[in-house]
Amino acid sequence: MRIALLSDIHGNREALDACLAHAARQRVDRFAFLGDLVGYGADPGYVVERVAREVERGAFALLGNHDLAAVHGAAEGMNDYARAAIEWTNRVLDPAARDFIKALPMTLEEDGRLFVHSEASSPASWRYVTDVASAERSMTAASARLTFCGHVHRPQLYHMSAMKPPVCFLPQSTAPIPLMGRRKWLAVIGAVGQPRDRNPAAAYSVLDTDSNELAFLRAPYDIEKAASKIHAAGLPQMLAARLFVGR
Amino acid sequence: MARRVMEPGSVVDGFLISEKIHTGGMATLWRVTRDDIATPVVMKVPTILEGDDPTVIVGFEMEMMILPRLSGVHVPKCFAVGDFSRQPYLVMEYIKGYSVFTLIEKAPLPAAEVARIGVKAATALVDLHRQNVLHLDIKPSNVMIRDSGEAALIDFGLSRHLLLPDLLEEEFRVPMGTGPYIAPEQVMKNRSEPRSDIYSLGVLLYYLATNVRPFGLPQAQSQLRKRLWRDPTPPRKIVPDMPPWLQEAILRCLEVDPRDRYDNAAQLAFDLSHPEQIKLTARSEKLGRDSMAASWKRWFRTVGNEPGPRQPGDHQPNMAPIIMVAVDFADARDALAEAMLLHIKRILPAVPGARIACVNVLKLNRLTITYTLDDEGRSIHVQRLVELKEWARPLGLDQEHITFHVLEHMDPADALIEFASSNHVDQVLIGARADSTLRRFLGSVSSQVVARAPCTVTVVRAPRGGLDAAGEDAKMIDVDCA
Repeated sequence: MRIALLSDIHGNREALDACLAHAARQRVDRFAFLGDLVGYGADPGYVVERVAREVERGAFALLGNHDLAAVHGAAEGMNDYARAAIEWTNRVLDPAARDFIKALPMTLEEDGRLFVHSEASSPASWRYVTDVASAERSMTAASARLTFCGHVHRPQLYHMSAMKPPVCFLPQSTAPIPLMGRRKWLAVIGAVGQPRDRNPAAAYSVLDTDSNELAFLRAPYDIEKAASKIHAAGLPQMLAARLFVGR
Repeated sequence: MARRVMEPGSVVDGFLISEKIHTGGMATLWRVTRDDIATPVVMKVPTILEGDDPTVIVGFEMEMMILPRLSGVHVPKCFAVGDFSRQPYLVMEYIKGYSVFTLIEKAPLPAAEVARIGVKAATALVDLHRQNVLHLDIKPSNVMIRDSGEAALIDFGLSRHLLLPDLLEEEFRVPMGTGPYIAPEQVMKNRSEPRSDIYSLGVLLYYLATNVRPFGLPQAQSQLRKRLWRDPTPPRKIVPDMPPWLQEAILRCLEVDPRDRYDNAAQLAFDLSHPEQIKLTARSEKLGRDSMAASWKRWFRTVGNEPGPRQPGDHQPNMAPIIMVAVDFADARDALAEAMLLHIKRILPAVPGARIACVNVLKLNRLTITYTLDDEGRSIHVQRLVELKEWARPLGLDQEHITFHVLEHMDPADALIEFASSNHVDQVLIGARADSTLRRFLGSVSSQVVARAPCTVTVVRAPRGGLDAAGEDAKMIDVDCA
């Protein structure tokens, strides 16, 4: 089975549509949404509705910190830009979207694979995986051999064998990477709606459970359109500007 | 780890085990069969004992990761990979041929023979590097020569796939490689330098040519480090009748700084295929090692210089391309020849390190045998060579960056395509002349090269309004009438 992993869509309709279309060309069987459907972008309603429709067709979706904050209208610990976006999102989400978000689980584990939005040792703490120390904490806590998370907006891949510290690999190409046995792997999936690895194209991944390979893919999308909607919604300019540079 | 008993007659994942053909420190090789595989295959099973060196296990994991992703005649074809949780193994093609290791007992080999092996091994490296894989353990026992003549590289346990995670990175307490052959940057724990393979191949060629290992048989890490500052005895000191070009090529492979070596394996293969065109430098004449003062200076530079593992990307093997320019001399100073020169001048600044191979085909007529002398008794071949050099003179390139070749062949397109593929040419520049009735019936040389060359082909035309303008107009009229 080929699973498309999409994380951190952040209300970016154009980026989501580009990834879904790109994934369809990759002969994907199933979609997985690893949290942060909303926040930052100008189309939270569309994104939640679209994800909900995919979930009805067999996809699964997880809760992210921005989703949680948006339905509660609370944004403690977030920076000014994020808070402004959360408050705006909270105002525009309709009841159906709120109900969908409130019902989202924090994690999903199946067949030796753990899916979670943030670092897995304490999902509700919304910690980031940014280095070997945080990756080790996450992999040690997980009983699954493979962990897939988002939250960081920069694609990274860690692997760790018994008694050894993890090693970080930054994917340089779209070549499928075999997640070799005998070791644990933690994949940080890039962001669909707000990439921060200096590549503005929407990021997502495809996991092939038969060949046990993971590919880090990019889908270019209409950034001008997504940015103009952010301006029109009166959201902070910076949230639009950063889309063009992927930072 | 669950372990099955491997013995003749047992069956593993559909493979019937027959005889054991090799037992090594790292792995055992079994001859195996399966109904759907017609060619002879072997199963490589790691010799893993509890508490063993984890590098051996990880090395096997690396080979399981890399070998199935490789293709082509220069590697053993991979048929199956065993699951690590049950029984790790690799089933691969049994290569019919001989190991370069068997040549060592015949060393020192004649220069032409060393170059022949060098071209084969470098050609295999070109193919491997094109697939983004560095071997990192090139040595005689890991280079097989197939009965069909091509070199095949085996044992990818220390290899690196530049687009995939390096599983061996975590094992980085000690440098990984084979003592006599390991490149200086590998000693410094850099596993992402394609030119490391060129260094190890240089050690291999040195050994074949002299029967002496350039850096001996180092037993400790401190001895490995010595090659960072101490240069080897020039091979001509050991084998006085070795031609200077071979010493030039070998010592260039053995440069401590990768930037001083061949930029890529294709450049090395090219030089060894055309020894008469190798640019000889002070390297070729050296008969003694560098002074102690020079060694001390190099030693001083290495102290405290301990770069850790790094991400690939510093140097790509395609940075120094071989560009073949097919020059046709209807008239060396005509508009098309000028246009080709201009085009080369335009692209050269963008491809530093490029090598321009100027090629001209001397068309043989099958009815005529005495082709080599013209009416005045001059050798036409030599005359063409002189004209090629004269044509290229305005480029101002030195011998290291430009070579000249006159091919004798009945079919110019075949000659050019053969040259391009056997010399790993990255790009062909060929001129196209105005159309003619004859060309449209027979197909022009350039269109055949465009259709059949194994690489990028750029077709150069003379600018409109130049000397060929009349021909261009004629072509347009032809098209209109057709």
